[in-house]
Amino acid sequence: MNRIKQLFQDKKDILSIYYTAGYPNLGDTVPILETLEKSGADLVEIGIPFSDPLADGPTIQHSGETALKNGMSLNVLFEQLAEVRSKVKMPLILMGYINTVHKYGIEAFAEKCNEVGVDGVILPDLPFQVYLDEYKDTFDKFGVSNIFLITPQTPDARIKLIDEKTNGFIYMVSSASVTGAKKGLSDEQLAYFDRVNQLNLDNPALIGFGIGDNASYKETCKFADGAIIGSAFVKLLGESGDLHQNIQSFIKSIKG
Amino acid sequence: MSSKYNADENGNYGRFGGAWIPEMLQPNIDKLKEVYLDIINTDKFQKEYIQLLKDYVGRPSPLYYAKRLSEKYQTNVYLKREDLNHTGAHKINNTLGQILLAKEMGKKRIIAETGAGQHGVATATACALMGLDCVVYMGALDVVRQAPNVARMKMLGAEVIPAQSGNQTLKDATNEALRDWICNPEDTFYIIGSVVGPHPYPDMVARFQSVISQEIKEQFKEKTGSEYPDYVVACVGGGSNASGTFYHFLDDEQVKLVAVEASGLGVDSGETAATIALGDVGIIHGSKTFLMQDNDGQIVEPYSISAGLDYPGIGPQHAHLKDTDRAIFLDATDQEALDFALEITRLEGIIPAMESAHAFVALNKMKFKKDESVVITMSGRGDKDMSTYMDRFNLK
Repeated sequence: MNRIKQLFQDKKDILSIYYTAGYPNLGDTVPILETLEKSGADLVEIGIPFSDPLADGPTIQHSGETALKNGMSLNVLFEQLAEVRSKVKMPLILMGYINTVHKYGIEAFAEKCNEVGVDGVILPDLPFQVYLDEYKDTFDKFGVSNIFLITPQTPDARIKLIDEKTNGFIYMVSSASVTGAKKGLSDEQLAYFDRVNQLNLDNPALIGFGIGDNASYKETCKFADGAIIGSAFVKLLGESGDLHQNIQSFIKSIKG
Repeated sequence: MSSKYNADENGNYGRFGGAWIPEMLQPNIDKLKEVYLDIINTDKFQKEYIQLLKDYVGRPSPLYYAKRLSEKYQTNVYLKREDLNHTGAHKINNTLGQILLAKEMGKKRIIAETGAGQHGVATATACALMGLDCVVYMGALDVVRQAPNVARMKMLGAEVIPAQSGNQTLKDATNEALRDWICNPEDTFYIIGSVVGPHPYPDMVARFQSVISQEIKEQFKEKTGSEYPDYVVACVGGGSNASGTFYHFLDDEQVKLVAVEASGLGVDSGETAATIALGDVGIIHGSKTFLMQDNDGQIVEPYSISAGLDYPGIGPQHAHLKDTDRAIFLDATDQEALDFALEITRLEGIIPAMESAHAFVALNKMKFKKDESVVITMSGRGDKDMSTYMDRFNLK
């Protein structure tokens, strides 16, 4: 059984953390990962920085710009992750824009993910149909799950199709926004969570975008298998003080 | 018009195009895809659009036989005078089309991206005309560099928001506009200024610019009695005036299509915008196409003396025209374009936009026969480039 499936079988209220590789410093990628695991994060999405991150708000944009200036790239990231499986056990996801992966080569990318022990990928601007027609076989061959986003506007039929054709989890974007944009749950969001729950999906679902504290984490966990925190965590990484102590107290405060 | 050179129903032009967008944009794009053809093909829409093009833009724009230029290059040169349009360029053809569509879709708020400010001005103009709110994203660096156009947009009532991310230029303004659209899916319509972006934008913008080739066809026949020119030529950045110039000739294979990219300081100088000449494929702003990127797949900032041509990608249809050899792609350096800007001005009394001057470099790079006819689209006028011309031609 793969690590993602195992995690969702074993645990509830999954806390998934997103951060940008190579931020705040180039060499921070793996040390942050280790601290996250020790602190109690269940799943991690490592962001591949891109020059044109059109789905991201200012916080993650800024982290990506810094990471690129630091010299981060897919090549560097895979080098950093080469020994990662001797250090952390939790499922690892890479998240990034399709152009960097396309340039690296789809097959080479999937193979490398498999080699270093990356369990899944989230490529928000990879069209689902293109994935099915051209990419799925390659990722399947290397046992790498593709995770797709759904939003309050995504029709039921499309959600069901994504559920049927993928095997990681469903990434529920909480509202029409870029990352980090909003706080608190509206009636519309509650209706959306309810709608998705009634579809009885095979895959677990995590809710992301706009979650950043204990209250919002607890609240969203009521409606899905867990929550994803991105911008709030990336913001913390940019703050002064001891990075690893900051991470520990952040995760602790989220879990409550 | 159905053509093997146009988009299929998924917006693919051969191996290019498509809609490479995050799920958050999917509903906006799906809705637009669903309605755009139905709306723009109605009699009501066409009537209003054509009326505006005639009375407000001043169309048809003349097809002008450039006698002295023809003599110099020993061929027959015709200029399609888009520079005579209201707001000074071809951009208005598209913004009026899209704003009528936005109105029909019940949208209240218009957003746009702009580089040098030409598309921003054309959008702000259309918004003033229609009484719609207008927000224009412009790279913070461009806001400083293009102060007169910023003032024009503001005078027209638009809010100009400087894009502070990335390199603070056109591509960053485009990212900001897309983010705005993600966050405001209900009331907002995004008017893209070129044949770029996710499907259906490249097809839609090409249709609104196709009036250029439609008129060329009619005017050429009326002027010469013959059915087809031998060449039609346009400059290409994102490629909207080239798309409009080519559109109704795509299936007339006897008409050769020529696109001229801006190579800045030279194709291999690292300071260029000659996307096709560099020939790397990737995904930018929702479309698969040729683009400029480094070895890690990061988009590279383009350079050209002409702000309207320095986009790091190119419309997917142009990528397909390159793939199929339907169009000839040339490139022109800053200096070559500047030389022509002065020459056209002195020979014909027409000061061209810096962008348009690139197209004329085809007269040097290709050998046209004495009895052949070459139509070159003069996409815009040079008023906005006077500070460049003052510097380069010592006019102070």
